[in-house]
Amino acid sequence: MSELIKDGLRIDGRKPDELRPIKIEAGVLYRADGSCYLEWGGNKVLAAVYGPREAIPRHIQDPTKALVNARYNMASFSVKERKRPGPDRRSTEISKVTSEALENVIFTELFPRTTIDVNIEVLDAEAGTRCAGITAAAVALADAGIPMRDIPVACAAGKVDGVVVLDLSAEEDQQGDADLPIAISPRSEEILLLQMDGHLTYKEFEEALELALKGAKYVSKLQKEALMKKYKG
Amino acid sequence: MDITGRISAVKRDYLISLAKEGKRADGRDFDEYREIKIDREVLRNAEGSAMVKIGNTTVMAGIKLEVGEPYPDSPEEGAMTTSVELPPLASPEFEPGPPKPDAIEIARVIDRGIRESEYIQLDKLAIEPGEKVWIVFIDIHVLDYDGNLFDAGSLAASAALQNAVIPNERYELGENLPLPINLPPVSCTFVKFGDAIVVDPNLEEEQVAEARFTVATDANGDIRAMQKGLSGSFIIDEIKNNIKRGQIHAKKIRKLLEG
Amino acid sequence: MIRKIVLPGSLLGNIDEKKAGNGTFIEDGKIYSSRLGILEEKNDYLNVIPLSGVYEPVVGDNVIGIIQEAMRNAWLVDINASHFALLGVEESPWRVNYGETARYLKAGEMIIATVIRIDEARNIELSMKCKPCRKIEDGVIIEIQPSKIPRVIGKGASMLSVIKKYTGCWMFVAQNGRIWLKCNEEKLAYAVEAIRKIEKEAHTVGLTQRIEKMLREKNE
Repeated sequence: MSELIKDGLRIDGRKPDELRPIKIEAGVLYRADGSCYLEWGGNKVLAAVYGPREAIPRHIQDPTKALVNARYNMASFSVKERKRPGPDRRSTEISKVTSEALENVIFTELFPRTTIDVNIEVLDAEAGTRCAGITAAAVALADAGIPMRDIPVACAAGKVDGVVVLDLSAEEDQQGDADLPIAISPRSEEILLLQMDGHLTYKEFEEALELALKGAKYVSKLQKEALMKKYKG
Repeated sequence: MDITGRISAVKRDYLISLAKEGKRADGRDFDEYREIKIDREVLRNAEGSAMVKIGNTTVMAGIKLEVGEPYPDSPEEGAMTTSVELPPLASPEFEPGPPKPDAIEIARVIDRGIRESEYIQLDKLAIEPGEKVWIVFIDIHVLDYDGNLFDAGSLAASAALQNAVIPNERYELGENLPLPINLPPVSCTFVKFGDAIVVDPNLEEEQVAEARFTVATDANGDIRAMQKGLSGSFIIDEIKNNIKRGQIHAKKIRKLLEG
Repeated sequence: MIRKIVLPGSLLGNIDEKKAGNGTFIEDGKIYSSRLGILEEKNDYLNVIPLSGVYEPVVGDNVIGIIQEAMRNAWLVDINASHFALLGVEESPWRVNYGETARYLKAGEMIIATVIRIDEARNIELSMKCKPCRKIEDGVIIEIQPSKIPRVIGKGASMLSVIKKYTGCWMFVAQNGRIWLKCNEEKLAYAVEAIRKIEKEAHTVGLTQRIEKMLREKNE
């Protein structure tokens, strides 16, 4: 197995607490009510929001609140081995936890009987697509004028070669020891999404969580700058 | 309801009355495309890619190559398949789920243009004749829908194939090589409403369209694929005229592809 | 006054000093924005005027609606809001027999109506018993971001009179982001261009002057 950390640096030259380059643009699509394009390392992600609009068919309507319906999808050409179009078990799970994370901050009670549809398309993937997707979706929701308590943001930390690092690359994701993606409400630091796989001691978890929080707060700034840029003109 | 959604009666009347005077709501002539933009090699994981904008319509095409078995009737040739995805991201009318007839029709018309113009040199895509060949997957992902997916999708597929590589390295078959291609087909689409037949319909024109016509021509201007769609009809002279108009448009669009 | 843009979660003030207005919420004694919008202070109230989003109906608003469905004794109307609105036959200008709604208004046809009721479950009711209310039979409807409608009207209808002066268009601006125009085609194109420019640059200052300059030059 190759060495992932050498002289304190990672194979792509990053320090353990360094993010990949990130670019965010708000309001990029013509048809959607709100949208966002995001590049995060080798990830290229588009998010579009439609609604709130009346939920169809009627029997799925909730008379007390809006349904937040996120759909995470990977384009067939977004990965090395072509992915069969359509949802699989992985994307269905990501769609579910993404919907729940976003619902947390949305004032859903203002729009009973409606859905807020959040569509996330991964066009090019390089580890960390769910964090990129949630981060883009949050910008698209704000762009769509959806009332929210905060703009959620996501980031991952993990462990490679026994070292806790921020924002795993593709090689680190495949060969590393652990991955810990989180989504937070940056204002309150409440955790909206947390998943983990691999092997971490409790102490390493604390370290990874702190690193992920730090990363998320930095990405949060980029989200806000992107929205300001669109509306300040 | 179809993928275009509903148009108001007032707007329908307005478009038809404008067309009677030879005008279109966005100020274009009947024979005028919206601005076309082609961005190439936009993705890393795809073997070839292109993003095409025609006005506010945006589509992304990604090419993937995989090793597979040849078809029994062409054991010494590679194979190709074309799919179109209409994700709910691109329009409030698009629904998730397996491809619906609209998406399949667009994919098949684009596929015929590429296949019949012999754009991809499939005969050069055999690895072990009769056993192993390259399969070329052309996946067209609509990102923003404001009409004319036939031409936008075809153009994106053609541009993406131009920069596609055979991923020999990934399969330990030697060095990556450019995908062998000939000259691309160019697709040109018209819709008819009232007495007008206009090229490159935007969404509201598709919403009032009674009939649709697509013609794909090769570098010589010869016809390689055609499709008449929707429940309205054309008279024979209109079809002939559409083809001639299509040949002229294709010449101009071809310059964008080759330029 | 500085036009300050705020985002969901932006801290706006303290409840000891200010009052929480539209587009805001209170948490632990602090007032935050719930929307992307412009912060406005009026009589101690902090309001956030949204810069995007669907139309939020208010009783008394005049709206342009598209008939979605003619039902037995009412019409379902798309008013560009999060919910469809209902126009009952008793609120129409016609004496409609049960089941004959489609004789008067069919799916796809447009009307001007006024919002008369909104309940907690967001059932929205319309009436066509108002002065500008009618069925729309001709002209052109263009749709813009509902939040930009006040800019199209302008202070004391100043923007509207500029567009009317240079284009000669007859205009009806509905609160739900739809604008009905009637005029000759060349002038119509100018009016549409002006409205699109207002929509795009709604957050900038000196817009009325720029629109006037643009239309004056086109008229020369």
